[in-house]
Amino acid sequence: MLKDIFKILSDSELVGYILQGFLNSLAITVIAALLGLLLGFIVAVVKIMPSNKWSKIPKCICGIYTTVFRGTPVALQLFIMVFAVFAIPGFKPYAAILTFGINSGAYVSESIRAGITSVDNGQMEAGRALGMTWFQTMCRIILPQAIKNVIPAIGNEMIALLKETSIIGWIGSTPGDITFDLNAAANTIYRSIPNYLASGVLIGCCYLAVVYVMVFAIKLIEKRFAKNER
Amino acid sequence: MNDKKQIVNVAACPIDNENCILRVQDLYKKFGKLEVLNGVTIDIHKGDVVAVIGPSGCGKSTFLRCLNLLETPSAGEIILENEYVFKNQRVYLKRRLRKLKAQLKANEKGTNMEALKAEEATLTEEYLALRKEEKEIEKYVTKQINLHRQKIGMVFQQFNLFPHLTVLKNITLAPTKLKNMPEEEAKQKAMALLKKVGLEDKANAYPNTLSGGQKQRIAIVRALAMEPEIMLFDEPTSALDPEMVGEVLKVMTELAQEGMTMVVVTHEMGFAKEVANRVIFMSDGVIKEENEPKEFFANPQDERLKDFLSKVL
Repeated sequence: MLKDIFKILSDSELVGYILQGFLNSLAITVIAALLGLLLGFIVAVVKIMPSNKWSKIPKCICGIYTTVFRGTPVALQLFIMVFAVFAIPGFKPYAAILTFGINSGAYVSESIRAGITSVDNGQMEAGRALGMTWFQTMCRIILPQAIKNVIPAIGNEMIALLKETSIIGWIGSTPGDITFDLNAAANTIYRSIPNYLASGVLIGCCYLAVVYVMVFAIKLIEKRFAKNER
Repeated sequence: MNDKKQIVNVAACPIDNENCILRVQDLYKKFGKLEVLNGVTIDIHKGDVVAVIGPSGCGKSTFLRCLNLLETPSAGEIILENEYVFKNQRVYLKRRLRKLKAQLKANEKGTNMEALKAEEATLTEEYLALRKEEKEIEKYVTKQINLHRQKIGMVFQQFNLFPHLTVLKNITLAPTKLKNMPEEEAKQKAMALLKKVGLEDKANAYPNTLSGGQKQRIAIVRALAMEPEIMLFDEPTSALDPEMVGEVLKVMTELAQEGMTMVVVTHEMGFAKEVANRVIFMSDGVIKEENEPKEFFANPQDERLKDFLSKVL
């Protein structure tokens, strides 16, 4: 196996595939994660809004959204989105990234909602009693505290997202595509050096390295937010 | 053109007594089937320090929270500075109407159906008119509620300071956001207030590093920074260690001497006796007895109050 690993590493073309896959995986994850965070935030706030006639319909939509996207496999969503909903030539990779973002948003929204409800009710009351509106209190008082509580959960979701994106190769990828991620690189390498263990270990190390950096970053962010605690 | 732009204040309600800044009329509050307030009526005048005492679960806190609409009352009226903050009288008419309809349906012998029907018609008309009026007030008040709340400061039993902001930020947040006060001015005012309560050295500390008594003094300053007309205290010393109660009561006493209008729900009989000018005893959701403190403690009339005082004094 070691021999095969060296063979791969000494072949500049194959290393190029790994590098390409690495960067693509990272790019897909970052874009999907940003989309997911944005979506998750909005959905969580809508879900937590006090019920009145204006918030009824948005709340209903958000409820359906989380139910559907958490309740069905992401691979299925990927196929439906890429081959049915956004079956536009050339739009395939973007539709895939969009799917990952939307899917991740459903999970993130529930994490953030849990974070918001974990903030003491007295905080909202104190804000309202000072004369601030619900929205002002939410943005200034509740969310900053909620975010601190949900960073570990969101970090978890981001790590899961990174690995989830490996199914993007299923919609077809050749070297040079945006969809050519780490997993696709492993498959391509297999064609010239038929030892899946060797390419698998190499690709696995790449994933591990990214996750390690992510964990480190999450810890750093957590520490920053914890500065106002004793 | 100008006439059209002028907002008609549908909630205006001049009070005959110009000293009265807060009038509560027949306030009811139900939580599901549990009746917490059963008709509370009180006028609070400028400079009043009203101590509200009573057994736990009698509705003291709910009453206080209804005053700035943290809880929405079920029925009654609240008038703040000549303006309705809350008005709901139509539930009574609705109840009477329902009774009448039941009577009509039952169709018992010997009842004058004609008269009943006529009564129902007039009552329905009355109800619809009142509903229209009150809905309009409600709509107006919903827009104004945050302005009303700015005039009413509130201090909670659990302090409810914002743990992610420094003490100074806790105090300046509301004035800078809501009153468009420049940051510098708000800071200066906050520091002056902090100095008054002896905590100017804690300005840049986070709330979690403070003791309970310090937190509560900061909470009072935070409410004062909005320059309220009236301050509500919801058991401000109940969550404190005994040795810290004094420092908070001292601040409140100073505040009372400066002429602030205060409503204080408290278990501190000493404070009620020394500082308040009116003491109210609540039980079963109604005000059972009200008097000036000397008479109140020396000569209680109500049986329930006598029992209560014998236990706490």
